[in-house]
Amino acid sequence: MGLLAEVVKEMVLYSLDFNVKARDFDSAGEVSSNLRTVLKQLSLNPDVVRRSCIACYEAEMNIIIHSYGGHIKIEIFEDKIRITAEDTGPGIEDIELAMKEGYSTAPEEIREMGFGAGMGLPNMKSNSDFMEIKSSSEGTTVLMEILFK
Amino acid sequence: MAVKVKDLLDKGFVLLAGEKGIEKEIEGVYICDLLSWVMAHAKAKNAWITIQTHINIVAVALLAELSCVIIPENAKLYEDAKKRADEEGISVLSFSGTSYEAAIILYEMMK
Ligand SMILES: Nc1ncnc2c1ncn2[C@@H]1O[C@H](COP(=O)(O)OP(=O)(O)O)[C@@H](O)[C@H]1O
Ligand SMILES: [Mg+2]
Repeated sequence: MGLLAEVVKEMVLYSLDFNVKARDFDSAGEVSSNLRTVLKQLSLNPDVVRRSCIACYEAEMNIIIHSYGGHIKIEIFEDKIRITAEDTGPGIEDIELAMKEGYSTAPEEIREMGFGAGMGLPNMKSNSDFMEIKSSSEGTTVLMEILFK
Repeated sequence: MAVKVKDLLDKGFVLLAGEKGIEKEIEGVYICDLLSWVMAHAKAKNAWITIQTHINIVAVALLAELSCVIIPENAKLYEDAKKRADEEGISVLSFSGTSYEAAIILYEMMK
């Protein structure tokens, strides 16, 4: 690949940033719904739209359920979309354990609403082409990329 | 011929919200009350049967590209959920029978 093509590939063509409030279940899913509207307007492949939205939704829900609040940054590149969910909060103690299907520390009243199935992180992994979690006792950052392919 | 959401209205299902969505096609059925499970396993164009009736079912149906939401046993839909479903064009239907009975009707219609 030529240098110019490489530079172009790293260019952010479009970016968005949304705040996500802790425990705000009434607006849960709003960030992901907004993302869906934007991606549809850009006429991206429907499969890319669906995977991006599901990954974003799970990240959004985790900020709402498990953190003190945060934000989600969306960056669209020539060949991919990057979703970065960043929060302040207690963090994930054992990432490997948290990645297991069915593992959840969500409280009972939240489970009754159908959240806390312990499938969020596995869903994020299976719907993205690249995923990286950084977490400490200060907070968590999850980065996901979905390729347009 | 493809089954549409509006075809359910002749089969004992009652439209509670999301009239804008009734032309959507139904290609399958998914039954589950765990939202992330639905996100993981339901397919686009599935009708989703669930006993959850809060506002978040609308986002799940929208993001997973589901055809409609069916609430069995006449469970009541929350007012804010109805409003959101109307805005997003996600049809929510109620059904007097069980999830199983609703699924049988859908199965017969799609045969
Ligand atoms: N942003 C976060 N901050 C703190 N803990 C988190 C965060 N995201 C996930 N976790 C932890 O990882 C577990 C698994 O997450 P997930 O797979 O999304 O399941 P669920 O959200 O249904 O519990 C959570 O129960 C929680 O303990
Ligand atoms: Mg989760």
